[in-house]
Amino acid sequence: MNPLCRITPRHTLHALLLWLICLSPLQVSAQTPESEPDAQSAAAPTTAQPSFEQLVQQLAGGSLRERAATVKQLSSQRDERLADIFNALVAGDLLANKEKPPTIAIREGEKLTDALTGTDLTGTERLRRIPVNNGLRTQLRGQVAQLNLSHPNTDKRYAAVQRFIRDGVDEETASLLRAHQEVEESGRVQDAITTALAVFQLQSGDREIRLAAIDELSGSLEQEARNALRGIAENDADAELRAAATEAIESIQGRISFYRFVENLFFGLSLGSVLLLAAIGLAITFGVMGVINMAHGELIMIGAYTTWGVQVLFPDLIEWSLLIAVPAAFLITALVGIAIERGVIRFLYGRPLETLLATFGLSLVLQQAVRTLFSPLNRSVSSPEWISGALNINPVLSITYTRLYILIFGLMVFFALMLVMKRTTLGLKVRAVSQNRAMARAVGVRSSWVDALTFGLGSGVAGVAGVALSQLTNVGPNLGQAYIIDSFMVVVFGGVGNLWGTLVSAMSLGLINNFLEPYAGAMLAKVLVLIMLILFIQKKPKGLFPQKGRAAAD
Amino acid sequence: MLTQRLLLSDRGGMLVLGLVVLMAIIVPICNLALPSSSPFYISNFTVGLLGKFLCFALLALSVDLIWGYAGILSLGHGAFFTLGGYGMGMYLMRQIGDRGVYGHPELMDFMVVLNWEELPWYWQGFDMFWFAMLMVLLVPGLLALAFGWLAFRSRVTGVYFAIITQALTYALMLAFFRNEMGFGGNNGLNDFKEILGFDLAEKATRAGLFVASAISLVLGYLACRYIVTSRAGRVIVSIRDAESRTRFCGYQVESYKLWLFVFSAMLAAVAGALYVPQVGIINPGEFAPLNSIEMVVWVATGGRGTLFGAIVGAFSVNYAKTFFTTYSPETWLFILGGLFVLVTLLLPNGIVGLFDRFRRKGDK
Repeated sequence: MNPLCRITPRHTLHALLLWLICLSPLQVSAQTPESEPDAQSAAAPTTAQPSFEQLVQQLAGGSLRERAATVKQLSSQRDERLADIFNALVAGDLLANKEKPPTIAIREGEKLTDALTGTDLTGTERLRRIPVNNGLRTQLRGQVAQLNLSHPNTDKRYAAVQRFIRDGVDEETASLLRAHQEVEESGRVQDAITTALAVFQLQSGDREIRLAAIDELSGSLEQEARNALRGIAENDADAELRAAATEAIESIQGRISFYRFVENLFFGLSLGSVLLLAAIGLAITFGVMGVINMAHGELIMIGAYTTWGVQVLFPDLIEWSLLIAVPAAFLITALVGIAIERGVIRFLYGRPLETLLATFGLSLVLQQAVRTLFSPLNRSVSSPEWISGALNINPVLSITYTRLYILIFGLMVFFALMLVMKRTTLGLKVRAVSQNRAMARAVGVRSSWVDALTFGLGSGVAGVAGVALSQLTNVGPNLGQAYIIDSFMVVVFGGVGNLWGTLVSAMSLGLINNFLEPYAGAMLAKVLVLIMLILFIQKKPKGLFPQKGRAAAD
Repeated sequence: MLTQRLLLSDRGGMLVLGLVVLMAIIVPICNLALPSSSPFYISNFTVGLLGKFLCFALLALSVDLIWGYAGILSLGHGAFFTLGGYGMGMYLMRQIGDRGVYGHPELMDFMVVLNWEELPWYWQGFDMFWFAMLMVLLVPGLLALAFGWLAFRSRVTGVYFAIITQALTYALMLAFFRNEMGFGGNNGLNDFKEILGFDLAEKATRAGLFVASAISLVLGYLACRYIVTSRAGRVIVSIRDAESRTRFCGYQVESYKLWLFVFSAMLAAVAGALYVPQVGIINPGEFAPLNSIEMVVWVATGGRGTLFGAIVGAFSVNYAKTFFTTYSPETWLFILGGLFVLVTLLLPNGIVGLFDRFRRKGDK
């Protein structure tokens, strides 16, 4: 394994190789011990060797036997592109045309890329599949596994080790794995190699080694390890080995259920963060101002549509679309919110039931407006690259980035809002007006202006929540309706006028819902949570954390 | 004396009731006795539509009774209406007998599909009309009693009460959507054949149901009127206007509210039970929170706090809904939404209040 090859960018390496080839023999011999310490390939860089590019192009023509020889020559080359080329060749996805020199292409689904330059191809190059037979395929598989083991991508290396375990480990691959384990950096791949070696040792004749291997496997979470152990626990002749294997399986099951619990915990928190995002704007408009805004859900919907709009307007900036959409959604929904406050709610202060009805009417108008303007169908909002995928912590626990980012984002929005309320002049005025309007006016706070801005702030936060939700659910005219009852429940459960209460209640509702789901089913879990909430409000009408003191008086 | 109290002192109510009675006489005659070529013929569709409106008017009455007189805004009255409807629906389902698609003598079609062996215990007895009607009143009544007892005792009022009633109907909707509940899941109960031995497809049966709805509306109106003009009615109004003060005067505020709420829930259930045979289907969609809010809009539009205003509101809003959803479905939600805003901002006393204002101007 040559560390230089792994870290040097591709073209630098080529320059180096070319330079090596062109240089005098004396300098070549001086350079080789450093750059090519591997005994197998030490003989490779003689002046007569064809370059990597030439070898790859040779794959296109010739008989199957010549191709096998080319593959052999290629496998002594250290080039980053090799793994992909071999992978494609085995799968029958390596294409070539009849030009001189031929274009070699890798097919990935519909996409064609040049195997050597990495550029996209149009598909007009008259490409044909490079044929391989079974013998060559077997030869290639071994090569591919080795190559994948040193692939720069952790997931590829991990998959290679797993393939070893699945296909069975022999003496040769075991020594290969042992050698690789020493240079491996990722803990996940390390663990997988340990499992592979232990699975190999299970086949050994020595009882002590097998016992040690079982002991080793009892810490592994790989599916294959469990299968191997189960085989021994059920069929092995040796009673002690059977007992040891059974015990190992039990210990693995224990660890798995622990990770399942962690996963549930994470999903619950993630659901809680969605509830938090949906409810937090309401915690301002309802909790602090006491305005029942039934159009809150529609403000979330407008935020989600803003994300879609940003992606439609700037199709080249998908990666940045969410970052653009957050301020855009905040501004748009804040303006809509201020318009609602100035146009309707202003006239209804002190009449909460009327406010409820009027804003509900507004929510219907907004929904229908979106339906008429865009269409009643759901819009597709795409996710940027950096938000998709999952964080694989171990074989039984993986966390999707979308949910992780939304959890973090929810908390960020929460703390930002907290900061605005506690540390800015606006926050001070908002609290003053909500506690004692007359006194606040007397000391010179423009209360109507503060009302409009507060409502704008709460609405803007709803819009920001919409951006986050657009990554989780369908963006359609009914998006908001799905969240409105839940949001009110969160705010009421947490205690009106208390932002911390909203955080606690959102997270605990998310957790309760998620832990009930496996036992009761999604629908019934929701019903049970609602019934629980209804009963809870009877018991503590002011929520978990009621406001105390003068602010509590209506 | 009682006539004076219930009717003569209430000119608007007399007018509206008179119209309802007139309708109950004319509509069936024009539908049954006249040939379909006659210009005065009223089609079956119109009879069904007006019958539906009569049920809605009864429902609006029940909402107005608690919102207009006791100040309790329930955003979950659709729950009681739908439960009543399900009670009637269960009776009608049992009347199908072995005429279902699968021809099972006892089980409903959807139970056969779910491979159920026998009738669930809560379906027992619904083949008897009197039992079904008892349940139509008892189940929503008991739910309202339990819910109201918990809520009023812990002094959940105003907006909080509105939101938890909304959660109640939402929870019921989600629960009834489940097939395992045994109420037909998503599809609900439908494909009814006959009621009390009369074929539901028959013109005369439909006219009979229409008259029954009108009579129920009149009786319901008189009952509500009786309550609000009684001594207890005055206490209820005083609770609406000054709850704490009424409590300090020594009245049991909670029990007044509770019994009024239970009565109102039962009235809504009766409306639901009359509604189901006329539309021929009941499904969990009726529990949707939007429906319950629409009922409040009927009352607000007609005129909150006057019983006949609720009837006027139910008829006018539903007529508008039928008109707009037929001719321009796109605009209906704009109009309904706009109505919410306009009524709350400009017409706090609804259509009835508008007439009052004109009359007062005329008097000057």
